[in-house]
Amino acid sequence: MAYSEKVIDHYNNPRNVGTLNKDSKFVGTGLVGAPECGDVMRLQIEVGEDNVITDAKFKTFGCGSAIASSSLATEWLKGKTIDEALAIDNMDIVEELALPPVKIHCSVLAEDAIKSAINDYRVKNGLEAIALEKSHH
Amino acid sequence: MKQPIYLDNNATTPLDPRVLEAMLPYFTEKFGNAASRNHAFGWVAEEGVDYAREQVAKLIGCTEKEIIFTSGATEADNLAIKGVFEMYKEKGNHIITAVTEHKAVLDTCKHLEKNGARVTYLGVKEDGLIDLAELEAAMTPETILVSIMYGNNEIGVIQPVKEISAIAHKHGALFMTDATQAVGKIPVDVNADGIDLMAFSAHKMYGPKGVGALYVRRKGPRVKVTAQMDGGGHERGMRSGTLNVPGIVGLGKACELCRLEMESETIRLSALRDKLESTLNKMEESYVNGNTQHRLPHVANISFKYVEGEGLMMAMSDLAVSSGSACTSASLEPSYVLKSLGLSDDLAHSSIRFGLGRFTTEAEIDQAIAVTEKAVNHLRELSPLWEMFKEGIDLSKIEWAEH
Repeated sequence: MAYSEKVIDHYNNPRNVGTLNKDSKFVGTGLVGAPECGDVMRLQIEVGEDNVITDAKFKTFGCGSAIASSSLATEWLKGKTIDEALAIDNMDIVEELALPPVKIHCSVLAEDAIKSAINDYRVKNGLEAIALEKSHH
Repeated sequence: MKQPIYLDNNATTPLDPRVLEAMLPYFTEKFGNAASRNHAFGWVAEEGVDYAREQVAKLIGCTEKEIIFTSGATEADNLAIKGVFEMYKEKGNHIITAVTEHKAVLDTCKHLEKNGARVTYLGVKEDGLIDLAELEAAMTPETILVSIMYGNNEIGVIQPVKEISAIAHKHGALFMTDATQAVGKIPVDVNADGIDLMAFSAHKMYGPKGVGALYVRRKGPRVKVTAQMDGGGHERGMRSGTLNVPGIVGLGKACELCRLEMESETIRLSALRDKLESTLNKMEESYVNGNTQHRLPHVANISFKYVEGEGLMMAMSDLAVSSGSACTSASLEPSYVLKSLGLSDDLAHSSIRFGLGRFTTEAEIDQAIAVTEKAVNHLRELSPLWEMFKEGIDLSKIEWAEH
């Protein structure tokens, strides 16, 4: 299967690879997927004043599309408010990266990772977790 | 675009130019139908086929009359298993095979189960070999066929064929082997090995695609299979259809070259494979899959823990290899062969198969080592699992959300 140019670009030059201090109360961490399934994403956000995401980092175990989806997600997250980040839909990722149907689950995982990171941040800061609707399109 | 280094010779091999040269006249001036008995065009084509039959027979130690040409190993597997089941159904309906067989064998057995066959699928030990005691225990008076592959396509392990055939014969069953990966690579002798039926293919040994053969024993015992295709009664009535003369000539030439060059080629390839494998196995958390003693000389299957196979192959785009990872197939299930060795799913997802061949050079192996090391290290930098492993976190204790 041929990858789109955008997937190859994110794969070869992944943006925002790394680790934020998961113990900081300004940092939310989402760890989704399972090694048995061949995909694990860890996505972290650092939230500043006015609920704006000031930094985002990822590490992903998975195929090229999974790596590209999470790399793209960190790019989109920076500078967004939490509410804006919650509005990111997996199909936006599918469209941007031109993922084929068999790789849509990679984008679903990226969306789950974003929501999971936001929830981790919310819970740390005494807010209620948002119910995660499983976004299987 | 620069061609990647080809290390997927278990999938297919390039055609040897000497094979091509032997085939070419049979596309043009020697175009006759080998079944045309009344004119020179037919005789010339038949001569080509007869010569090829001798070349094939010589490689596996049988007589020319025991070779049935087919379109490939898949057809030969089907013909052998379905043909034996139909021919010997008076005697019994039980077939024994193993879980690591190729789909051409497994799916044929599944098909027969719908038609009244009882099939035992033997598991394999951690090293990929079947347990002979388990085979012995599975034999019944109704067992008509034991079908166990010679060398495995994913991990290269060689089954104890002699011992398996002895057990089958002791209980009055026939022994069939899918030897697609073994014929031409290692010495295979149907008499020494006690083989009654054997499927193999040209394109795994530097011959053309679309042609293969089924060996069917004629003496001690005389084995018969029911034809699976109706028609002109070619190939002693067992496989109708106009013979693929250029392909058959190519298969013959390929067999001859393999026979003449096997000894030196085995030494050369196993040295290259061992260099590749031992260097890569020095990397942290890398594991060689399958038995390393009883193995084809040109295969290495290695898991690089904490990286995913398909992602890894993308970083190794300078190499043409294959992975046991789910993502390479539509099923999302990792390799059933690796899983049957007891490998956890994550290790199966992390596996790469290197298949060396006649045209692989040492310079290519050196480059393959460098590319693989770089790719594994790059992906581990990206891998949250690698980071957790390095921090001493026990990944098996984490509650993963299966998706």
